[in-house]
Amino acid sequence: MFALKALKSIQNVPHSNHSFRILNEFFRSLSLCSPSFQASKPLPKAESKVKCTLIPGDGVGPELCVAVKEVFAAMSVPVEFEELFLSEVNPSMSVPVETVIESIQRNGIALKGILSTPFSSSSGELQTLNMKIRKQLDLYANVVHVKSLPGIQTRHKDLDFITIREQTEGEYSALEHESVPGVIECMKIVTEEKSRRIAKFAFDYATKHGRKKVTAVHKANIMKLSDGLFLKCCEETASLYPQLKFEHMIIDNTCMQMVSHPEKFDVMVMPNLYGNIIDNLASGLAGGAGVVPGASYSSDCVIYEPGARHTFGEAVGKNIANPTAMLLCAAKMLAHVNLPDYSQRLTNALETVIASGKARTRDLGGYASTTDFTRAVISSLAF
Amino acid sequence: MQSFSFQQSKTAQTKRELSKTHHLPPVAKYGGRFVVTMLPGDGIGPEMMGYVKTVFKAGGIPVDFEEVYLDSMHETYEHMDQAIISIKRNGVAIKGNIETRDNSRLFRSRNVELRLQLDLFANVIHCKSQPGVKTRHQNIDIILIRQNTEGEYSCLEHENVKGVVESLKIITKERSERIARYAFEYAKKHNRKKVTAVHKANIMKMSDGLFLNTCKEIAEQYPNITFDNMIIDNCSMQLVSHPNQFDVLLLPNLYGNILTNIACGIVGGPGITSGQNFGERYAVFETGTRNTGKSVAGKNIANPLAMFNASADLLEYIGLDKYSNVLRNSIDKVLNVEKIHTPDLGGSNSTTDVIDFLIDDVKAQTQV
Repeated sequence: MFALKALKSIQNVPHSNHSFRILNEFFRSLSLCSPSFQASKPLPKAESKVKCTLIPGDGVGPELCVAVKEVFAAMSVPVEFEELFLSEVNPSMSVPVETVIESIQRNGIALKGILSTPFSSSSGELQTLNMKIRKQLDLYANVVHVKSLPGIQTRHKDLDFITIREQTEGEYSALEHESVPGVIECMKIVTEEKSRRIAKFAFDYATKHGRKKVTAVHKANIMKLSDGLFLKCCEETASLYPQLKFEHMIIDNTCMQMVSHPEKFDVMVMPNLYGNIIDNLASGLAGGAGVVPGASYSSDCVIYEPGARHTFGEAVGKNIANPTAMLLCAAKMLAHVNLPDYSQRLTNALETVIASGKARTRDLGGYASTTDFTRAVISSLAF
Repeated sequence: MQSFSFQQSKTAQTKRELSKTHHLPPVAKYGGRFVVTMLPGDGIGPEMMGYVKTVFKAGGIPVDFEEVYLDSMHETYEHMDQAIISIKRNGVAIKGNIETRDNSRLFRSRNVELRLQLDLFANVIHCKSQPGVKTRHQNIDIILIRQNTEGEYSCLEHENVKGVVESLKIITKERSERIARYAFEYAKKHNRKKVTAVHKANIMKMSDGLFLNTCKEIAEQYPNITFDNMIIDNCSMQLVSHPNQFDVLLLPNLYGNILTNIACGIVGGPGITSGQNFGERYAVFETGTRNTGKSVAGKNIANPLAMFNASADLLEYIGLDKYSNVLRNSIDKVLNVEKIHTPDLGGSNSTTDVIDFLIDDVKAQTQV
């Protein structure tokens, strides 16, 4: 059965990729020289390619995806992208959202740029494309790992914390109505089931990554029932994790603490809207939207996308966007699909480039272009 | 006291709180990757777990292990609690056996404790002859289903009068019914024809009698499956002389312990067969005969296949059938095609020979 699949995938590869495949073989044979393999053994058959959905998104997304593809080609990563253009602001070019969802369900992984969301909806629909994808794939957990990269000038040094955000309910329920003219109600929905689920996710994530503390962020002093329920679920889940410290903090105080003492935080878990704000705030502390990766998890699939969601529309075509966040997303994706060596190589190259300061894009105070940066990463790839 | 905590807390909980326990996902699965608790245990356990991790990595199997070092070296309960909590969170565990040191009276067997606290009432072992392994009997295919949480393993022993010790064997209607139903459901699902209940009701008329009668009652609800019963001593004899007559064996705790070891022995010893423990919510996978293999630890001669069979069971349980089949295929090749047999099967290959083959074969199967 596997052999058949392989045959099919080989037939699908266009001829222009042939040279890549030869290169591919070469690198593979290099990696096989590691001590765990004996040279006398026959070389294994060609690795299957991991399929990954690629959604370039709006704004500078497509440019950043080009950067990722260039770096992947240079490393001969055994990943095949299934590129789908999805957009809410360019509906005529966009594929239907169902196609995207089907593709992600099939592949289990996706790399995604940012989709721009218009303030008003022409069709009267309240759900954005992002919300549709999240809801239908049940991508309930958004994880943003905020980590200082040496070489980026920021006010705070050595940041290393993780924000985990529930993103299928809360304020993003798309339930708004005008009950009396001039009075609009927006429903914030908090359920026990989903609160428990995100809490378990956060604690499991902390356990798996050897973290020490989980902080639940809420506003239960005002929204006693809804945020109260969220907090209660977190507290109860914490009892199953005696080795992790648990504390909670009110959202306004969290914001203040974060800009003054961000090193206090380890893993944070929060409802939807607070998570959105904290993600952006934290990304700002670490160097801006261009350098912080994020991921959205359901139980079956993961979408990797930049942590702070900005399309950077004003830079389209100017070749000035910073591809770091997208490349870090790609590295995380590689680690997830059991290609840890490629992931490490990519991360190391990125860190080298940023630390050296030779190719700084504008957001980092330099004049390098996206292409310059990408080339610098490629030339820093260690063998 | 701990063994009943599940039931007690259940009645005490309000309806709303009850519903919450069912909302927790049975396994920790995020983005297609699973987290599974790993208890390496004593003896050859740690070595075997190391190999399991290596092969999983080679095959790109999307499972991450949370290791908890529970072994006989630690007298305190800290690690025990950690292990139980970890399994409760992840829902699934793979486990090496933990040595029970009999010198301390207060030291309850960690293995029993774990089963009691997680309420893993059913122990299922599938003993199947391997054509490549030389044994006295051929074509054996027996399922043994053992009650895992009561009977002689109630850990209730006391000395009434000096020199007189009583050990309580507890048989309850509720648990007998549960294991009997489990056995018949299993037989139905796997197209088995006959269930044989094993007992000693001629001597222990009340306790084993209750077990036997309960099995009979449940059997009536499954008219398509033949029900039979056999006394334990006779059953042991039959098992070593005419094992092919058995299909599914339904066993109370201690008899189950003995018969599972016999059955594993007649299909090739402790190195091949895996064992599965199921409760209402959790599952623990281990080797079929629960021994630590201390005598072969560190010598590179232990047979790792039992632990790999357990891994394949685990993968099947969490729904990764594809990878489960890959592992089973490779194991089949080791035993029956390539015949890379360790000394316990009469061969002269080392553990690492088996592992090297498994790594290559699993890679070849998953990377085409």
